[in-house]
Amino acid sequence: MKARRFLAEHILPPLLGLGMFVLIWGLVSQTSANLPGPVKTWDSAVILFSDPFYQNGPNDQGIGWNVLASLGRVGVGFGLAALIGIPLGFMIGRFDFLNKMAAPIVSMLRPVSPLAWLPIGLLVFNASNPAAIWVIFISSIWPMIINTAMGVRQLPQDYLNVARVLNLSEWKVFTKILFPATLPYMLTGIRLAIGTAWLVIVAAEMLTGGVGIGFWVWDEWNNLNVEHIIIAIFIVGIVGLLLEMMLIQIAKRFSY
Amino acid sequence: MKSYVQIENVQMSFATRQGEFVALKDIDLKIERGEFITLIGHSGCGKSTLLNLIAGLLLPTAGVMLCADREIAGPGPDRGVVFQNHSLLPWLTCFDNVYLAVERVFGATENKAQLQQRTKEALALVHLTHAEHKYPHEISGGMKQRVGIARALSMQPKVLLMDEPFGALDALTRAHLQDELMKIVAATNSTVVMVTHDVDEAVLLSDRIVMMTNGPAATIGEILAVDLPKPRNRLALATDAHYHALRGGVLEFLYQKQARKAA
Repeated sequence: MKARRFLAEHILPPLLGLGMFVLIWGLVSQTSANLPGPVKTWDSAVILFSDPFYQNGPNDQGIGWNVLASLGRVGVGFGLAALIGIPLGFMIGRFDFLNKMAAPIVSMLRPVSPLAWLPIGLLVFNASNPAAIWVIFISSIWPMIINTAMGVRQLPQDYLNVARVLNLSEWKVFTKILFPATLPYMLTGIRLAIGTAWLVIVAAEMLTGGVGIGFWVWDEWNNLNVEHIIIAIFIVGIVGLLLEMMLIQIAKRFSY
Repeated sequence: MKSYVQIENVQMSFATRQGEFVALKDIDLKIERGEFITLIGHSGCGKSTLLNLIAGLLLPTAGVMLCADREIAGPGPDRGVVFQNHSLLPWLTCFDNVYLAVERVFGATENKAQLQQRTKEALALVHLTHAEHKYPHEISGGMKQRVGIARALSMQPKVLLMDEPFGALDALTRAHLQDELMKIVAATNSTVVMVTHDVDEAVLLSDRIVMMTNGPAATIGEILAVDLPKPRNRLALATDAHYHALRGGVLEFLYQKQARKAA
């Protein structure tokens, strides 16, 4: 009885939604000669995933390698952004003078599409791979700076009073009060950042080429292999969802 | 002999947009070692400000404040503070919350086992040994406040400062904690300054009740010595004529001499 209720409340609705999605997709594909339907895409996906890690030279590699290459770029660009953005956020949050200094730059540059930075990256680094990483870096640094700074500013006065009454050293204040209090905000920033980074990597790779899911989409477009493009869309979506879920799990552990 | 805490001619004013706001003026108070003092008055009379001055969280604009013959120049672990809203760090267990204070005060002279022992003793004092590994959000409001008291006591402060420590608790829990506090204070012979707005609490716990006039520019109106014998028992006091006379004295001050105009 309980199992049936769980099934009806939690399993059935998403399955129904996905089923309808596939149904509509199938119907639409009937009317278009170029858009492959679900069955055709599925067949193609089975072949594709049967050997995800083959390697036929630099321009023809398995889908697994492409995804890993993209994840690698996101990881490096995102890691560098965290390395610089989080300490910067702490400083901006702690010192009002720095905040006022940084505010106009951050508000001006944040709304700029990250891809606009790609030519600058290409110019400075003279290579496509660092340029793609640079774009990831610039797109993920803003949410990390802004959210970390916000977390520091929202630190309740009570906690600072505890620090003052106990006369804690600066280091203890940071490790026992400032850092843990800011952590949930920081994780929100990280989550937003990784979402944006994963959005941007596909577009950046389309422009820079090489191995990666973005360029793979572009390559398959040139080959007119539309099934593969649809598969790529699903892969990007699922990987993005997994990244998000992973970070939510981490954030849950640190919420009070 | 000099008093333990000495407050002489202290004035406290804050800069506001409308100019200088004088919160406290002409405050003179001497507190002896082992004394239990309560500060009582209507809200806005600056009783918490006075407590924060003793704590060193605020510095007076004029006057002298001494604690054990040393000028109060800032907060320090020789004055343990129990905050109204407990102010435990939510990411630390009860044990770690107390340990943080113990480590700060005794970390330089004692080893880890001794520090842990001190922490355990402080928690045992407030009967919370069973909850030492719980996080603040896992325990009740009364228990949180007890951890706050344990944290303050664990530092072996010269003075224990309490800012309406039981104000946010229900009446039964409050009575229970008052009884516990009386036992702890008797056992540790602590000097206590406590802010309260509860007349019964003030009479039950205090050696002297410092009654403050209404702000702005509040000052000490009267000081009432509570000469009830210790240990005190709330049930016995309920029918004690002298207790009621003292209680009446405080009520008269608050509601007749310092009656507030209807807000």
